[in-house]
Amino acid sequence: MAIREFTCIICPKGCALKAELDETGNVLGVIGNTCKRGAEYAEAECTNPMRTVTSTMRCSDGTVIPVKTIMPIPKADMHACMHIINKGVVTLPVHVGDIVIAGVFGSDIAVTENRA
Amino acid sequence: MTDLVIIGGGPAGMSAALAAYENGIRDILILERDERLGGILQQCIHNGFGLHRFGEELTGPEYAWRYEERVRELGIPLKLNTMVLDITEDKEITATNPTDGIFTIQTKSIILAMGCRERSRGALNIAGTRPAGVYSAGTAQKLVNMKGYMPGKKVVILGSGDIGLIMARRMSLEGAEVKAVCELMPYSGGLARNIEQCLHDFNIPLLLSHTVVQIHGKKRVEGVTIAKVDEKGKPIRETMQFIECDTLLLSVGLIPENELTKSAGVEMNPITNGADVTQNRETSIPGVFACGNVLHVHDLVDYVSEEAEIAGKNAALYIKGKLKNNVDIPITTDGKIRYTVPQRITEKKDTKVFFRVANVYEHAEIKVCSGNEVIFKTRKPKVAPGEMQCITLKAQQLENAKELNIDMEVL
Repeated sequence: MAIREFTCIICPKGCALKAELDETGNVLGVIGNTCKRGAEYAEAECTNPMRTVTSTMRCSDGTVIPVKTIMPIPKADMHACMHIINKGVVTLPVHVGDIVIAGVFGSDIAVTENRA
Repeated sequence: MTDLVIIGGGPAGMSAALAAYENGIRDILILERDERLGGILQQCIHNGFGLHRFGEELTGPEYAWRYEERVRELGIPLKLNTMVLDITEDKEITATNPTDGIFTIQTKSIILAMGCRERSRGALNIAGTRPAGVYSAGTAQKLVNMKGYMPGKKVVILGSGDIGLIMARRMSLEGAEVKAVCELMPYSGGLARNIEQCLHDFNIPLLLSHTVVQIHGKKRVEGVTIAKVDEKGKPIRETMQFIECDTLLLSVGLIPENELTKSAGVEMNPITNGADVTQNRETSIPGVFACGNVLHVHDLVDYVSEEAEIAGKNAALYIKGKLKNNVDIPITTDGKIRYTVPQRITEKKDTKVFFRVANVYEHAEIKVCSGNEVIFKTRKPKVAPGEMQCITLKAQQLENAKELNIDMEVL
């Protein structure tokens, strides 16, 4: 049995979480969270940590535009995701929320800004 | 004569404009020096904005767009690329832009929403040469996120404020090696969640009680010497160590941008470096309001929007001649609480008081006293300088108040 300590990243409060794990890595219990989402985060963080990736993509006119994964992706795939984002080119015009690359580690890449 | 001029089109300015509009004011003008609305949110492409206001995690540009879309829909007048040069006490504004030249506007009310700027190397007295490769974290953020340039490949960051932490992650994601984040204080000035997701995720060491004592390199940064500091913040010679890098990012504090405020003769607060304001966010000049980072530096944009709504709503009341200032209750603090906003209460109504503490304290009891009488008491498990606190005083608690003192005891 092991105890893992980490900070919740769900909201700016940043609760100090403690998760109790058994030998195989299963989560037996979580303390320190002050909301339900914190408990869910703690469990996911110990079994399959996920992160939203935000970055920029090159546009057809040479400028860059901010983008994000519309859902969190596995933390281990962040760098591979960046590789895909950096190879892509956004064809203008675009509007906030437009998907520019579909199917990236279980999410899509969307622009977060308007560009004419 | 214009009813209301808002200086700054960032989150504070837009939110203030919308609140004034919703309270019946139509003759509004937003002056923004950039070519777009949105202010600093445009370059804050990471997520985490809007959890309080919208219940979802937006990126900076998305958060800004929620407000800009509404400003555009309502057709609130604005001038972009417009720099305000001067404000007078009788509310005459001098501004300039490429189409109108230099022009003046006489207005009934002004909302100051100019935001803040970063402390620079010059404020730190770091020894060494003056090579290329020393950037403020916000400048680097603009270069990477808006211009598409990488400022360097091997990076040391001085200061663990949120912008420094966010840039540590951003530079790592774009392939740079972030060697360390040094923090002079024994605690980080950033949010705990940012230490987790920006440093721990990328195995970037956070060196508390450390500072940069020398910058090396002639044309380009070749490295920095860092050292541990003692309790007084003085570097310890024996702990000096050289780190090879080509870039040093500084995330060492933000300063409200108040040149215009001062030129108008508004009374300033020496701790916040912003104006002294009432619960309505009105400054010492009647009809001149301030909100957002120009008033005091916030950690969360959600609170900026909330504060700007207060300013916008009360500017509307002022213009209609309905703003009430019928008492004058100053709020003072002890040393553990550095400052409050507002600094005075001029109407006995439910009032949110925001404040920041001077150090990290655990098991803190916060007390608001009116003379010898305790009118409000609350406990917090942990408070830190990097996290702004808020309490709400009810109108009935202010009933007999002449002056208020807020203090904190560690239990």
